[in-house]
Amino acid sequence: MTMVQNDHALRLKDLRLFQGSKQLFSIDATVKPGEVLTIMGASGSGKSTLLNLISGFLAPSFSFSGRVILDGVDISEVPPEQRKVGLMFQDPLLFPHLSVEENLLFGLPAAGTKHERCERVRSALDAVHMADLGERDPLTLSGGQQSRIALVRVLLSEPKALLLDEPFSALDSGLREKVRQFVFAQAKAKKLPTLLVTHDQADAESSGGQIITL
Amino acid sequence: MQTRNKGWGDPLILAPVVMIIVLTGPLLAGLAGVVLPAIGYFPSLGGNQITTEFMREVTLKPGFWHSVHLSIWIGLATTFISLALVTSFFASSRGTTLFNRITRFVSPLMSVPHAAAAFGFAFLIAPSGWLVRLVSPWATGFDHPPDWLIINDPMGQALLFGLVLKEIPFLFLVALSVSSQINVDERLQVARSLGYGRVWAWFTVVFPALYKQMRLPVYAVIAYATSVVDVSLILGPNFPAMLPVQLLRWMNDPELEMRFVAAAGAVWQLGATLFAILVWRLGEELVAYMGRRATINGHRHQNDRWFRFSANTLITGVVIISLLSFVILAIWSLAGFWRFPDALPVQFTSKKWIASAGALWVPVINAMLIAATATSISLFLTIACLENEYRRDIEFTPAALRILYLPLIVPQIAFLFGISVLLVRIGWDGSFWPVALAHSIFVLPYVFLSLAAPFRSFDRRYLRVATSLGQSQNRALLAVRLPMLLKPILLATALGMAISIAQYLPTLLIGAGRVPTITTEAVALAAGGDRRLIGVYALVQTLLPAIGFLAAVMIPRLTYPNRKFFR
Repeated sequence: MTMVQNDHALRLKDLRLFQGSKQLFSIDATVKPGEVLTIMGASGSGKSTLLNLISGFLAPSFSFSGRVILDGVDISEVPPEQRKVGLMFQDPLLFPHLSVEENLLFGLPAAGTKHERCERVRSALDAVHMADLGERDPLTLSGGQQSRIALVRVLLSEPKALLLDEPFSALDSGLREKVRQFVFAQAKAKKLPTLLVTHDQADAESSGGQIITL
Repeated sequence: MQTRNKGWGDPLILAPVVMIIVLTGPLLAGLAGVVLPAIGYFPSLGGNQITTEFMREVTLKPGFWHSVHLSIWIGLATTFISLALVTSFFASSRGTTLFNRITRFVSPLMSVPHAAAAFGFAFLIAPSGWLVRLVSPWATGFDHPPDWLIINDPMGQALLFGLVLKEIPFLFLVALSVSSQINVDERLQVARSLGYGRVWAWFTVVFPALYKQMRLPVYAVIAYATSVVDVSLILGPNFPAMLPVQLLRWMNDPELEMRFVAAAGAVWQLGATLFAILVWRLGEELVAYMGRRATINGHRHQNDRWFRFSANTLITGVVIISLLSFVILAIWSLAGFWRFPDALPVQFTSKKWIASAGALWVPVINAMLIAATATSISLFLTIACLENEYRRDIEFTPAALRILYLPLIVPQIAFLFGISVLLVRIGWDGSFWPVALAHSIFVLPYVFLSLAAPFRSFDRRYLRVATSLGQSQNRALLAVRLPMLLKPILLATALGMAISIAQYLPTLLIGAGRVPTITTEAVALAAGGDRRLIGVYALVQTLLPAIGFLAAVMIPRLTYPNRKFFR
């Protein structure tokens, strides 16, 4: 492995994605902690596949060359559950059979007693002013609340990077800006390198980072 | 180039292999177990010379050819009438209020065991049955039951209609599930906007695509109806009986020499079923040829009022008769003194229920244990297979799907006899596990087919979220996917239990009569003719699967009382 310092950055080193022998795209970029890199592209350009590659869910019909380095560690071949890469999709995907609190406990690593874990979840909810939602059925929350809970769930899992797959496009335009600010602020506060995939120009602009078009 | 975590990946890869062994192993062993004795090879009975003697000898049994013809005829006619009624109704009324109303009855009717439905039907249409009573004496003038041979008629018509009643719900559900996969509405819109009538549009642009995917279930109906034993014992002709009933008599013959004859008969049964399917296959070609010509001749067939009216009436009639069969079972089980032309008994009494309670325990518990075991095995294999598909990103090919239908298309009686012969040799006949395993062969296809669609269409992003939160694939399966699929899993369980509870031949032949279940006990009552006792047994037989379906609906609400997702 090449010499890289543990700088909390997400590096995509000369990454090339292939479907069969056809190259879909190549990318070489570094996302520093707290920064947002926005990837734009038409549907079918392979931007979601890039996220699958980084998070470890690449379908067998694809292959790649290059490396994905997170915090100085090459994670290109690491199983997805050990990559510490948090994912957010267009839909919040809260588990509908669990309560809000149980969803968050699911995200939290196993360390600590049951009581301590519940405390951590409660203070995380409290920090984002949603303390009273813990007992609720996720499907009874508004779209904006669900998105924010989904982000809290990801953050509780202590990721080292954040991947956002058009996470705001399902929200109506009034809410979109609010949730967007919330997500970016949280990512910045936690100093997470963040990769945002979108086709919405406003998303890209409000992220304030570099923009790459596939 | 890339590594993916497989969780239990390595053992999981065995799942499809185990499944194929479960589906084909006993089948092949069983077929060997009949084909070898049929050609004279049966060392423990001193048969070690290959001979065609038995294959010829069995054809000389009185009424043999009549039995063969009867089986082929019943198989083809049952399938044709059932399919014609179901497709006509779909063509006439899919999407209407009536259709939705009928649909609600179909799943419960499908879960009624064949034998119970046959008893109920017999109690309705017999000369002394409820239908005649309801119109006597005021309309018919009968003071005594008329001397008509309706049940067990030599032409097998009671059997034919009894089978049609049970096969309609099955084909209905199959057509319903296929319809959801072939964008029926768009096809119909195109054809109807070109001026084609509703029914004709359905038959020309929907039916071909629908039938293509219904073919294996239809063949399963043909195979079932050519070789059914329990319904034949209740409704079918006696002298001569259907071929499978004859076979069962020979198999149970105390004279060991008859084993060779029975095995030869089983081979003929295979031939009869295969012949019926071949005839049907030729019929398919003929219909396709004529259909294609009729499709392109430009006639719009807009006036289909009478067709729709007849189809709707017939299907409604089928549902009403099925429901009445159930009611009459309940009435007989509680009937006190009941003189002939009276529409209802003079008084109701729970005497028969109380008297049979003690005798019902063992067969009910046996049936439940066997059903629970066979269904658990089937569920485990099905989930392992489907999860393996997901982790390896593969799917069953159509060829593999055919294997799933194999146990439903090869006549039960043909290979179960072979298995029982083998089991006797190793001394495992008449015990619980072989019976439960034999049931799994028939339960597995239904459990797999009912669970596959919801499992495959599960939103994979939930699993990716779970995994990227740091949970293993196994945790994602156990804590996210399976709980979220609770409803379809419970429905598949209830279906599997219902299929197992209704099994007659596997219980009888593999259990060697020593593992009585509610179904074998109920069918055994057919010869006795005690309607009150039959009412009790058939009703219990019907209620057991019903409890399963009720539980499948209730459990998600009880385990997750506050979750919108499970409502």
